[in-house]
Amino acid sequence: MVASRAIGSLSRFTGSRTLRCPGYICRTFTGSSALLTRTHVNYGVKGDVAVVRINSPNSKVNTLNKELQSEFTEVMNEIWASDQIRSAILISSKPGCFIAGADINMLAACKTHQELMQISQEGQRLFEKLEKSTKPIVAAISGSCLGGGLESVVFIFTGPGLKPPEERTIEYLEEVAVTFAKGLADKKISPKRDKGLVEKLTSYAMGIPFVRQQIYKKVEEKVRKQTKGLYPAPLKIIDVVKTGIEQGSDAGYLAESQKFGELAMTKESKALIGLYHGQVLCKKNKFGAPQKEVKHLAILGAGLMGAGIAQVSVDKGLKTILKDATLAGLGRGQQQVFKGLNDKVKKKALTSFERDSIFSNLTGQLDYQGFEKADMVIEAVFEDLSLKHRVLKEVEAVIPDHCVFASNTSALPINEIAAVSKRPEKVIGMHYFSPVDKMQLLEIITTEKTSKDTTASAVAVGLKQGKVIIVVKDGPGFYTTRCLAPMMSEVIRILQEGVDPKKLDSLTTSFGFPVGATTLVDEVGVDVAKHVAEDLGKAFGERFEGGSLELLRQMVSKGFLGRKSGKGFYIYQEGMKSKNLNSDMDSILASLKIPPKPDVSSDEDIQYRLVTRFVNEAVMCLQEGVLATAAEGDIGAVFGLGFPPCLGGPFRFVDLYGAQKIVDRLRKYEAAYGKQFTPCQLLVDHANSPNKKFYYQ
Amino acid sequence: MMAVFMLERWARDFRMTSILTYTFKNLPSTSKWALRFSVRPLSCSSQLRAAPAAQTKSKKTLAKPHVRNVVVVDGVRIPFLLSGTSYKDLMPHDLARAALSGLLHRTSVPKDVVDYIIFGTVIQEVKTSNVAREAALGAGFSDKTPAHTVTMACISANQAMTTGVGLIASGQYDVVVAGGVELMSDVPIRHSRKMRKMMLDLNKAKTLGQRLSLISKFRLNFLSPELPAVAEFSTNETMGHSADRLAAAFAISRPEQDEYALRSHSLAKKAQDEGLLSDVIPFKVPGKDTVTKDNGIRPSSLEQMAKLKPAFIKPYGTVTAANSSFLTDGASAVLIMAEEKALAMGYKPKAYLRDFVYVSQDPKDQLLLGPAYATPKILEKAGLTMNDVDAFEFHEAFSGQILANFKAMDSDWFAQNYMGRKVKVGLPPLEKFNTWGGSLSLGHPFGATGCRLVMAAANRLRKEGGQYALVAACAAGGQGHAMIVEAYPK
Repeated sequence: MVASRAIGSLSRFTGSRTLRCPGYICRTFTGSSALLTRTHVNYGVKGDVAVVRINSPNSKVNTLNKELQSEFTEVMNEIWASDQIRSAILISSKPGCFIAGADINMLAACKTHQELMQISQEGQRLFEKLEKSTKPIVAAISGSCLGGGLESVVFIFTGPGLKPPEERTIEYLEEVAVTFAKGLADKKISPKRDKGLVEKLTSYAMGIPFVRQQIYKKVEEKVRKQTKGLYPAPLKIIDVVKTGIEQGSDAGYLAESQKFGELAMTKESKALIGLYHGQVLCKKNKFGAPQKEVKHLAILGAGLMGAGIAQVSVDKGLKTILKDATLAGLGRGQQQVFKGLNDKVKKKALTSFERDSIFSNLTGQLDYQGFEKADMVIEAVFEDLSLKHRVLKEVEAVIPDHCVFASNTSALPINEIAAVSKRPEKVIGMHYFSPVDKMQLLEIITTEKTSKDTTASAVAVGLKQGKVIIVVKDGPGFYTTRCLAPMMSEVIRILQEGVDPKKLDSLTTSFGFPVGATTLVDEVGVDVAKHVAEDLGKAFGERFEGGSLELLRQMVSKGFLGRKSGKGFYIYQEGMKSKNLNSDMDSILASLKIPPKPDVSSDEDIQYRLVTRFVNEAVMCLQEGVLATAAEGDIGAVFGLGFPPCLGGPFRFVDLYGAQKIVDRLRKYEAAYGKQFTPCQLLVDHANSPNKKFYYQ
Repeated sequence: MMAVFMLERWARDFRMTSILTYTFKNLPSTSKWALRFSVRPLSCSSQLRAAPAAQTKSKKTLAKPHVRNVVVVDGVRIPFLLSGTSYKDLMPHDLARAALSGLLHRTSVPKDVVDYIIFGTVIQEVKTSNVAREAALGAGFSDKTPAHTVTMACISANQAMTTGVGLIASGQYDVVVAGGVELMSDVPIRHSRKMRKMMLDLNKAKTLGQRLSLISKFRLNFLSPELPAVAEFSTNETMGHSADRLAAAFAISRPEQDEYALRSHSLAKKAQDEGLLSDVIPFKVPGKDTVTKDNGIRPSSLEQMAKLKPAFIKPYGTVTAANSSFLTDGASAVLIMAEEKALAMGYKPKAYLRDFVYVSQDPKDQLLLGPAYATPKILEKAGLTMNDVDAFEFHEAFSGQILANFKAMDSDWFAQNYMGRKVKVGLPPLEKFNTWGGSLSLGHPFGATGCRLVMAAANRLRKEGGQYALVAACAAGGQGHAMIVEAYPK
């Protein structure tokens, strides 16, 4: 709102080259004393134009925090007071970033919503002053400008010259802006923009109250559908806009600051801020730089995963070999990579030439040629231990000593894979999520023998591939699969108890999961789910029980493998958006039906039976040291498994919802179903001492 | 490219020469040629018998003092496909990229070692006129490696290679990639000249009046497109037509031509089945299956081939679809280095590229006789005789063209009257000639064939233990080329 208000009033300018006065070089700086005194905002004067430079120290981006705001106010006051200055430009000294938005730490530090309201109002006042400024102010923006940053984005990027392009771009932008500001001050350039026909029509239509009401209604409907009412902010924004338009700008500003204060204090806000911090943490390599940078990557298996990993590698410039056993398999994988890149061409994110150039980083082959140069091999062959053993031995015969062997497995313990290795310190797990080019998470699994350098290398590659990374200890199902398995087991039980698959889907999505629980089984693949359930069932016994594995077995035997086979719980047809239930499942479900327990079968109970099993297992992973930190647990659950982001992940959820309440629920379900719901010790500890939190910030 | 032109005066002989049994007494005096050739009907079997039994090498190596030895490290080509098949949706630089990537993969040569890239092409895609550069960039070569494109009809890739040889021999560069590409599935079809002129004028017109007056000149026939013809610019005659006239002039019968074409297809099939075509690399075509083999090899039977109607001169011609090379899509590339550089990098080169010549004749009358002209010249230059050559790799534009060249090479009269030589150079023995198939069967992407010839020569020498191979080809414009390839000692 603030930003949008500022648009009209702040003089717009475009970066068109015609505006540039080639002869203009005016570098008489006066008032340079101001340069030395402030840390975030400085200004110099070029002729009669004040050049206000925003440059937060020790940060890649400028964020709106208290210091920046107060310094900016000071600077602007000086500019308005000076007779010498007739116009001003605002420019960032950060390449590619004007002002990224409000400083999250500043918001998080606020204790009450009044405090937040105050911050918001200060910002509003400043923008109001800019709006009413008698001297023209030009915002020169190149790069990202979000939130409270000013609109009117100008893209200028200068090519090679006599200086680094980033530096010269800022300088050039400044030259253009100064010329423009002078023009405005001299009234040679008009800040007014002619409205186009569509714009005129729109503003006319918006003048009719009935039209406005319809628009509000439509927008609200859409937002509700998308957020399922789980995210409060978009609705409040609609409210504020409505207030501003219907009751005038003062009421609008007031509503804005009030709602801003309220929103920033919500659980959702805390959860999302927590995720932001977690993500920042998981985008760093805490294992340091590896001794040897991975430049040549080789991937075994051109299936869905292998090709996906190849795609996210080649588009970051990694030379990648994709090896498969058959030409048909290889061709399918190569096509997947090509299609992934070509889709970007269709969206204009890449040119066809860039696509080809990126694609040339990929070498498809059936043999081990070139593996002698590989720095890392990621195997993504079928999930079968003896096959993985064979592949590992074959690869170790051809790779150099320093080469890391990474296994992309979702459930096979890495130490079992590494058992046949000559160099187990070089063996590591890299668990990618499907589809690899869309899912941000990478779960890296280290065994006791995995060396620190191997881990550093795997993390470095993952970061290069643009992944958010959690590093966990080896064990059955690692972290993510292990959390998912008990929940899946519960999904099957719930279906056996006669809950309609579609209803179960809507119950889970309305809780905040991006994909319904039944659909998730289809997406993961029924055979994979069965495989994992059997393996982990063996490893963890009673705690992983619940639904009958027979259901999955029967589905597999009938070929209902989920989306990939066209049939699972649902029927999947090419080009069909809405999907229908697979009626052949009725007889299977009927034959395995178990009576529901009325005490624990309300809609809410069904939701919590799923979520508490998930959360309980996650906390147990932390308890057992599979997870190093709660933050990684939250990131893994949200980015890898679709745990509701508005809850911030299982650990944040425990903190915000209350450990006691979760333990109470678990006990209730335990009474009905037994050990599968027994809360783990760490969770009980948290429930017993309410001061104990996973997060203290 | 494949066209042959005869002297106008031969046209009269046409009827006679094509039917050998006709009486000679009525022949006009100018038909000496036809007579000579027609009385020596050429057949493959007679060739086999004529082959010399023992070889005597007149030279140990063709290395020259003070000249750098140039070697071909290895070479690849994507499968050559009939145009309009799997490559039809691609652009020429896509094919060239695939060949370049394949070469990198085959040789593991670091991209930054490559000093220069040269590609040959004939029908140019207007968007990528320097296809060498676009392909190199797209294949991920350093943007610091310069590249240029050459064109010389069917010997464009040969020109690319010999340009590279020159650059290396003169000490300018150490490592050059040479190749060629042709995509006949898509050729630039232009608006008519009138239409183009109107469009360009419209661009410049300033007022509505000017525009309207230009548009008023529009006629419907402006819309008829201008197709690129596979015809000589200087004579306007299509290649097939001239090849047919050449066959007639040299008295090459239809059965002879069909027999030679069948030989080419059979040998190519055998080579393909035995895995001898090791320069072929698989190419994953986006959106389609991986292509692994040439798809134009179709051994038929003489009976089947005899059923075909003449393709160009109807109804009496002898050149048919079965005894001509077909329109082909494909690309090839070879890695050429200075010998010492290759050895320093640990390579085991496949062959030396030795002497080469380009020849050119009257584009009207001697269009496809390049090999006949170039062969004696290159042997003389290298100091070799026909007997020294262990493998011949000639470009087969048409059966009739190859057989006509044979007859010319085997004729003292032709040598004396047209080439200014005392004696004929002689026939290449067929058992050494194109034994792994040729352009008739493997296909002929105009710009890419040269590298295929050289790699076939090099690979044959390695496989069969020979020392010298002679590569020769004809080209549109009445040009020709020959080169000696010497096996690298094992």
